[in-house]
Amino acid sequence: MAGVGSRSGVSYDARGLVEPHADMPDNVEVDGGRARFDASDLTIRQINMALRKLIYDDGITDVTILNPASKHSLAVGILKRCRIHFEGSPGWFACGLIDGPEVTINGRVGWSVAENMMSGVVTIERSAGSLTGAAIRGGDLIVKGDVGARTGIDQKGGTIIVLGDVGINTGFMMQRGRQIICGNAGMNLGDSMYDGEIYVAGTVASLGVDCVPGAWTDADTELIERKFRIHGLGDPPEFQKFVCGKVLHNYDQLEPSERKLVIH
Amino acid sequence: MCGIAGVIHRDGTADIGAELTAMLQSMKHRGPDSTGYAVYGPADDLVVIRFVLAEPNKSTGIGMAERLERNRAEVESRLAKIGAEVATVTNDTGYAFRATIRYGGDLKALADYLEDVPGCEVLSLGNSLEIIKDLGDATTVSDQYHLGSFRGTHGIGHVRMATESEVDLASAHPYWAYPFADVAVVHNGQLTNYHQWRRRLEQHGHRFQSECDSEIIAVYLAEYMSRGLTLETAMKHSLDDLDGVFTYVCVTGNQLGVAKDEMAAKPLVLFESDPLVAVATEEVAIRSLVKREVVTRDPYEREVLVWQV
Repeated sequence: MAGVGSRSGVSYDARGLVEPHADMPDNVEVDGGRARFDASDLTIRQINMALRKLIYDDGITDVTILNPASKHSLAVGILKRCRIHFEGSPGWFACGLIDGPEVTINGRVGWSVAENMMSGVVTIERSAGSLTGAAIRGGDLIVKGDVGARTGIDQKGGTIIVLGDVGINTGFMMQRGRQIICGNAGMNLGDSMYDGEIYVAGTVASLGVDCVPGAWTDADTELIERKFRIHGLGDPPEFQKFVCGKVLHNYDQLEPSERKLVIH
Repeated sequence: MCGIAGVIHRDGTADIGAELTAMLQSMKHRGPDSTGYAVYGPADDLVVIRFVLAEPNKSTGIGMAERLERNRAEVESRLAKIGAEVATVTNDTGYAFRATIRYGGDLKALADYLEDVPGCEVLSLGNSLEIIKDLGDATTVSDQYHLGSFRGTHGIGHVRMATESEVDLASAHPYWAYPFADVAVVHNGQLTNYHQWRRRLEQHGHRFQSECDSEIIAVYLAEYMSRGLTLETAMKHSLDDLDGVFTYVCVTGNQLGVAKDEMAAKPLVLFESDPLVAVATEEVAIRSLVKREVVTRDPYEREVLVWQV
């Protein structure tokens, strides 16, 4: 494998930063359409190899991964309808680029969970790091604890629900989709957002550039009640709605050809 | 991209050398070029000095061994001349030394006098602080300096990926807050008003070991603490005075504190229990220390937290 040089003159691979080869783990238990394995002693590559083989090659539709121990980049790029359950806490970049899976995580997750998710559901029982749902395009992402900064940055669709608090720059440059924040929001909420809706039940430290309070409609009530009902989140609290003020970015003023380029 | 970590035991001493090594090794992907530790053993009447006489990659060659031996003798001679009673001088490599001395004089004068010896750089000075740093990953440095058996109450560590300066000891963290005893810092981020603060602090008589922006934080905090501010207050001031993106961990003889800038751009995750507090850039480092599912959280923007031993 070609090495990428560093200033120390040691190649990238020689420093042990990548895992070019891995053996398929032999501790997978299969029971009909379900499977489970313990990830404690497995590398990231081994975990993802096993997961992909089970889902794509063996036709398994329900996989439980025990003890992910905060390892990074687990269950990334799964493009098939299936159920994945993490018994424990994955690390950074979990479930990125997925299209279809229904994922449950009974621990916490690190930065950038469900980044670029296209469709599916990711439910996290505890907290999440920063950049949660970055550039998400579809599906539902539910965090039952608090999340860090920049939740849903560059969000292009889908719904992010946070039962706890969110940090600074939540919804930064959001383009479409919805965020439902049940706790408090940090500074610069919705800064430079293009479109979409942000609902906040708690306090907002400050609104970002061109983020303004929006008019509540029946559709907002219906959406929130439906999402809470589907995901078993109980009765929703009362929310304030925030939208784009259309001063900084205004799609409505674009020519039809430009709208096609930007919106679609 | 770098990785930082810190642990503090509130119920006595522990194997903090081994603990930090496990945490730092789990974040090797964040920086394999150099690894550094600032660890605190039990406080002693003796002053511990960690110093180097050459950069690792310049410590060999024709006549180098003789030069290092000559300079080491000169350091010991100067310690005697300045009135220090030398208890021990040991070394784990040909260029890195640990001395324990009895000394009641001015530490700044001592550090300046020693650093006048060719190639000498004082990495740390204090009654319990020891800074150890070298090239390579955490396991390599720990094995080299026998950190697996180091017991203490608290410590911090750093893995570095060289991006803007050399792969050498001068650019490796942690940084000692010259000339203040027992204060050290590790940092992940970039300070954009580094030169402004460096000039300001140099006007107050401080000198800097490196061209690294992170060193500013250590000296800044120690400068303010020397004026009577608590560590926590000094750290809160730093959020207004330091410009850029940063998360840093500062340790003193009996405290460990963390601070995050107002953009929360750099990661930090925190685990807190009654006996133990652990902080790290990534959760995987916490899990290398606590082998079970634990509740952790990310401190928010402008958050400053300080724990006591």
